[in-house]
Amino acid sequence: MTELPYLDGNMLDGPLSELFAVDLSTATGRCAHCGSTGPVAGLRVYSQAPGLVARCPTCVEVMMRLVRAPDAAWLDLRGTTFLRFPMPAEPPPSA
Amino acid sequence: MGIVTPGFGGRPRAETPDLPPGQYLTSDFPVLSAGPTPRVPQESWEFVITTETGAEYRWSWAEMMALPQQTPTVDIHCVTRWSKFGTSWQGVSLDTLLDEVETAADYALAHSYGGYTTNLPLDDLRDGQAWLVHTYDGEDLPAEHGGPARLLVPHLYFWKSAKWVRGIRLGFEDTPGFWETAGYHDYGDPWREQRYSGD
Repeated sequence: MTELPYLDGNMLDGPLSELFAVDLSTATGRCAHCGSTGPVAGLRVYSQAPGLVARCPTCVEVMMRLVRAPDAAWLDLRGTTFLRFPMPAEPPPSA
Repeated sequence: MGIVTPGFGGRPRAETPDLPPGQYLTSDFPVLSAGPTPRVPQESWEFVITTETGAEYRWSWAEMMALPQQTPTVDIHCVTRWSKFGTSWQGVSLDTLLDEVETAADYALAHSYGGYTTNLPLDDLRDGQAWLVHTYDGEDLPAEHGGPARLLVPHLYFWKSAKWVRGIRLGFEDTPGFWETAGYHDYGDPWREQRYSGD
């Protein structure tokens, strides 16, 4: 019995870099279904489909969907409570 | 000087009037899936139609197999642009199932083991246009193609033919399903090339 493979979330970097200026490979996300928090790179991405479907590695619920049409893209993040991005430290407030 | 091999890699549409716009013909059967493949034993499988009043009509595997069977041979068209001609199935017409159901609903939302959903007007499941199929090419429908049973609604893009289908909810409101909430067309007629929302 063949099982369709999934890719790791690193493959989202290219498709999502069209939409976001930040580096997603360093982001962490929280699953809206089970609450697990982990790197976007650790999501399970099903790509042999009409769009990309990224699932939580813990509960396998959908965290992210990306559909690309020739002239538009749809990004559905309802399964993601937050995405956390490391940012450059802000300078301390001057005294 | 190159050697021209017309038709290599697929016949152009002009030679294949049965091919909807933007599609190419394939002879294999690509497997598409948005998640892990559910494994549903026939013994625990059931199919449920839920009406707008909340009434439920259930069929076990044995009950479904005891219904009159049909053997449609149809062309199928995937929104990812492949089409496959002359696919052979066996299953139960949705007319047979819906004949037992008292409903005045306008819309159907098919739901599957594994959580997939897709929406259709109820009229598109009637009049010999849709089947609940369990056999492909004379063999039990493999799990990767939606077995033990899937919907077959060949006049719409194939994402409407829900794999691992578990039931249909009927209602007065159109409720967009899995791909329909992520940019894909609400109806999905391949002959009008209704791929994306707004097409």
